[in-house]
Amino acid sequence: MTQTSTLSTPQVTPSQPLLEVRDLKVQFDVQRGTVRALDGVSFQIQPGTTLGLIGESGSGKSVTARAIMRLLAKNARIVSGDILFKQPSQDPNQATNQDAVNIIKLDPNGKHIRTLRGGNIAMIFQEPMSSLTPVYSAGVHINESLQIHTNAKRTVGAQLEWAIKHTQKLSNSEARRIAINLLDRVGIPRAAQSIDSYPHQLSGGQRQRVMIAVALSCNPSLLIADEPTTALDVTTQSQINSLIKDIQQEYNMAVLYITHDLGVIAEVAQDVAVMYLGRIVETGQVDDIFYAPKHPYTQALLESIPRLGKVRGERLSTIKGMVPDPFSVPSGCPFHDRCPQMMPGLCDVTVPSLKHVTANQQAACLLYEDSDDVTLSSHQVDMTHTTSESQLSGSQVSGSQVSGSQVSGSQPDESHV
Amino acid sequence: MTVATAQDNSSKTLLEVRGLKKYFPIKKGLLRRTAGYVKAVDDVSFSIRQGETLGLVGESGCGKTTTSRTAIGLYPATGGQVLFHSAEHGDLVDLAALSRKQLKPVRREISMVFQDPINALNPRMSVGDIIREPLKVHGLDQGSTTDAEIEVLLEAVGLRAEHIDRYPHEFSGGQRQRIGIARALALNPSLVLLDEPVSALDVSIQAQTLNLLLDLQTSRGLTYLFVAHDLSVVEYISDRVAVMYVGRLVELAKVDDLFNTPKHPYTEALLSAVPRPDPRNPARKIELQGQVADPANPPSGCHFHSRCPYARDVCKQDKPELREVKPEHFVACHFAEELELLGVSSPASAKPSLPTSS
Amino acid sequence: MTVTNTLKKATPKKSKTVRQSYWQLAWWRFKKNRLAVVGAVIVIGFYVICGLFAEFFAPYSLAHLSDYLEAPPQQLQFIDQAGNFRLRPFVYGYSEVVDMQQMRRFYEVDTSVTYDVYFWVRGEPYRLFGVIPGDIHLFGTDAANPDAHLFLFGTDRLGRDMFSRILYGGRLSLLIGLIGQLLTLIFGVTLGAISGYYGGLVDNLVQRSTEFLSAFPDIPLFLALAAAIPPQWSPIAVYFMLTIILSFVRWGSLARQVRGLVLSLREREYVLAARSFGSSDRAILFRHLIPGTLSHVIVIATLSIPGMILAETALSFLGLGLRPPLTSWGVLLQEVSTVRAIRFAPWLLIPVPFIITAILGFNMLGDGLRDALDPYSRN
Repeated sequence: MTQTSTLSTPQVTPSQPLLEVRDLKVQFDVQRGTVRALDGVSFQIQPGTTLGLIGESGSGKSVTARAIMRLLAKNARIVSGDILFKQPSQDPNQATNQDAVNIIKLDPNGKHIRTLRGGNIAMIFQEPMSSLTPVYSAGVHINESLQIHTNAKRTVGAQLEWAIKHTQKLSNSEARRIAINLLDRVGIPRAAQSIDSYPHQLSGGQRQRVMIAVALSCNPSLLIADEPTTALDVTTQSQINSLIKDIQQEYNMAVLYITHDLGVIAEVAQDVAVMYLGRIVETGQVDDIFYAPKHPYTQALLESIPRLGKVRGERLSTIKGMVPDPFSVPSGCPFHDRCPQMMPGLCDVTVPSLKHVTANQQAACLLYEDSDDVTLSSHQVDMTHTTSESQLSGSQVSGSQVSGSQVSGSQPDESHV
Repeated sequence: MTVATAQDNSSKTLLEVRGLKKYFPIKKGLLRRTAGYVKAVDDVSFSIRQGETLGLVGESGCGKTTTSRTAIGLYPATGGQVLFHSAEHGDLVDLAALSRKQLKPVRREISMVFQDPINALNPRMSVGDIIREPLKVHGLDQGSTTDAEIEVLLEAVGLRAEHIDRYPHEFSGGQRQRIGIARALALNPSLVLLDEPVSALDVSIQAQTLNLLLDLQTSRGLTYLFVAHDLSVVEYISDRVAVMYVGRLVELAKVDDLFNTPKHPYTEALLSAVPRPDPRNPARKIELQGQVADPANPPSGCHFHSRCPYARDVCKQDKPELREVKPEHFVACHFAEELELLGVSSPASAKPSLPTSS
Repeated sequence: MTVTNTLKKATPKKSKTVRQSYWQLAWWRFKKNRLAVVGAVIVIGFYVICGLFAEFFAPYSLAHLSDYLEAPPQQLQFIDQAGNFRLRPFVYGYSEVVDMQQMRRFYEVDTSVTYDVYFWVRGEPYRLFGVIPGDIHLFGTDAANPDAHLFLFGTDRLGRDMFSRILYGGRLSLLIGLIGQLLTLIFGVTLGAISGYYGGLVDNLVQRSTEFLSAFPDIPLFLALAAAIPPQWSPIAVYFMLTIILSFVRWGSLARQVRGLVLSLREREYVLAARSFGSSDRAILFRHLIPGTLSHVIVIATLSIPGMILAETALSFLGLGLRPPLTSWGVLLQEVSTVRAIRFAPWLLIPVPFIITAILGFNMLGDGLRDALDPYSRN
């Protein structure tokens, strides 16, 4: 771990990532044994951009979000890794030499992580205002776990104002004024009246809007959206997603957008990370992921979804089998027993690590293991498309290459355990 | 209400719904007096032909689930007719007029697959008992021969014969859905109501399940009523599609017509909202104002007028009837002929073409 | 018509792999919970020793009156006066001393008299389960010596052996718990399930009557009902009446819980599925809803047997429940309800640890069952 941090320090570039997750490993202890929920996850988010994290159930995408917030369940252990977050300082003089905080090292109940949660990182969930017992006051929730959201017995305004007062130390009337403005901003009709309504009086979409308002109240630099539209209808989903996009620009927020819906990812994200069984199997820019996917899992996933306008009667191609039980993760590449391009004797033995396949696309697949150059030449078409972009963000690539090789160095040992 | 009698001479109508109504009373006060009605299904008519798949789409609360369940006689209808071509009765029967007892033989011909694979299977029953249950109810359980039939059925839905003794908790979501499909097929029905059968499944499992449903339809000559909110899934599986909004059908057409040349503004908005897994060709979003109307207190005239970008005065007063504007294309909009609406017809070349992997 | 016509005959290939049914899984989970197993052993032990074989385990019958009134417990001895270790345990006899100042009689250990304790001795004849005749007791003194006596827990006012009385008392107390709970279950589950499934008028009726019952304060209701039992009834009739009273007062809360469960189960899609292929209400009720509540009901029942036992104990203690000559734990405690008894014969309180152990046993068992019977707890 110390090695990692020394490697990353020389990386003084204008586009220092806002959040960098390196080789994150999280395990859950349950009676049946240990589940490796995250098994070496690395990615970065640049300020003001959206990273889409996509995966099926059990892929660990929500665990990743909760690990960043340090809101993991009691039986979860962070085994190793770093979560470096560049905390913008309130004091502009300090901003320049502010080092990134390593969230892993913080006390999960301590003051520091709470100020991060309440101030710099906000989170919105799938089921707005339904997951909590209404026994505690909204304030308790903000302090304890950030599940601010959900007191069914308090009006929207009361909860929102509390959040504002908590983070900005304002008077009641001032907080209310800001709350109304925020509600108005997120598109709640007649905000001045709606502020006094209770959560159950709002529709699902409106509740999610209120949640976004609560998230905005602390002016975060990172918004983690964990399946924010999964429970909503399509028309509402599209409203909420365009709201998230708008406020992202307005507030210059980075967004970690977690979903299982490839369509949503295509519309909201600039960068995409594909997860499978606790690992990131492919990362890249959204265009590359959708037009030139490298990992067989990503390819199969894209082939298997019904799309509007697709010729009817065509059979959908499928991925054989199902996501394995977390207790019986296959040896070698976790995808090998479902993979159409499985290489016997190789894929079922060796754990692939995330490697650059093109200049700004990484895949964890042994098809690309032999040599980076060979792989690049075999996808010349993609190369022409990606090289131009790689020049633009070359510095970012060099940074991620460092962490990528770090991951590859540490993983083979782990696989023999 | 002359809507949608089968015109295709090759296939006959299996189920015809005429002016179906399902109102739920709103009880108020100490004496539980009826203060009003939620018109969950308000004068809906459609028909399903033998061997086809009719997709029924709409947002939550639009009444699609109630419509489908009333249409198969599971909920008693408040009004209207449900004419089902029953092989058992050898004739057309009106499901809405039969008593529960009279309905029982017809139940063998219509079955259901549910959304939630966890809730749809009794966790305390083995897979064999779950699939045997419908046979038992109809007195068709013959012990070990039935066991053998169940094993064949399990293999037909892509499970293994030895799964017969297992319990639901031992299966993944996709497999549980297959068990549910096997149960639905046990009585060899002619009509299957598929109520959001893939929306609780993982992306990679959805495709397997959809393919299975299509295969079974072909091999067993099944007719599907497919209820879903996911338009891409509905487009994939349906022959014809009906769109519902607040208890009424707004559009009913062949799948290509509906998706390529929608005639109702709501359909257009719905189609535009579907997220497309294609970052280079994002849909031109039509963002609707407000939210889905409350079925207990719907707007006057056309239910959609308050959110419709094309609404005019007449829409506030007159309820548009579902009428045939093109052959087999029914729309409930006053201006169906005038409006130039956008479908999803994206040129084939624009679709992401995946590299054939090396 | 059915599957047969469309499907080719299958070659039934049943694999012989060990399949875990729901109950096997539950048993497996239960075994892993040590506290639950301890609870089960305690509960089963009590029912076997007191409930089934009290005649065998107790050295004396209930009717046996000795000449030693309120004699303290005799201690088992292994080393005699001469300091020799003897493998066969023995007890010293008592000599009666009369304290003229306090005007009371007490016993002093008389080390000159020893009575050997034998296992598997012939003693008073009895009929096991009221049928099987026998006279073998687990332990006792030599039947040939009429003076020999063995009072491990001392004797009561009438000279009866407390150890034997505790075992016989346990029988009634534990049975009243079991039978009472069974009656409660029958009332509660049936009415609760019907009320939850049908709703409407039936539901209203059941709900209102449970509310009516639960609105009464417990103790006065017990008192009134117990007082209504005619005094000339035989003790056995009183016993059954009391059981019915206890379960009558208690079925309401169980019915409410079952109703709540049925209400939630009714909304499960598998119930709708059953309706979709034409199951009758009765079939749904008995095939899905009541079995669905079963695990919960078993847990509730186990956890509320202690309440039954305590209620019996409390009623009998107040003199309103079982009456002598019937012996239950409550009756035994009633006999120590005076300061005098506690002062001069504290061994009469020995039933208390037995009651506590039994109740703890039930609670541990119930908690274990709750964890084991949840079908979706995967661990």
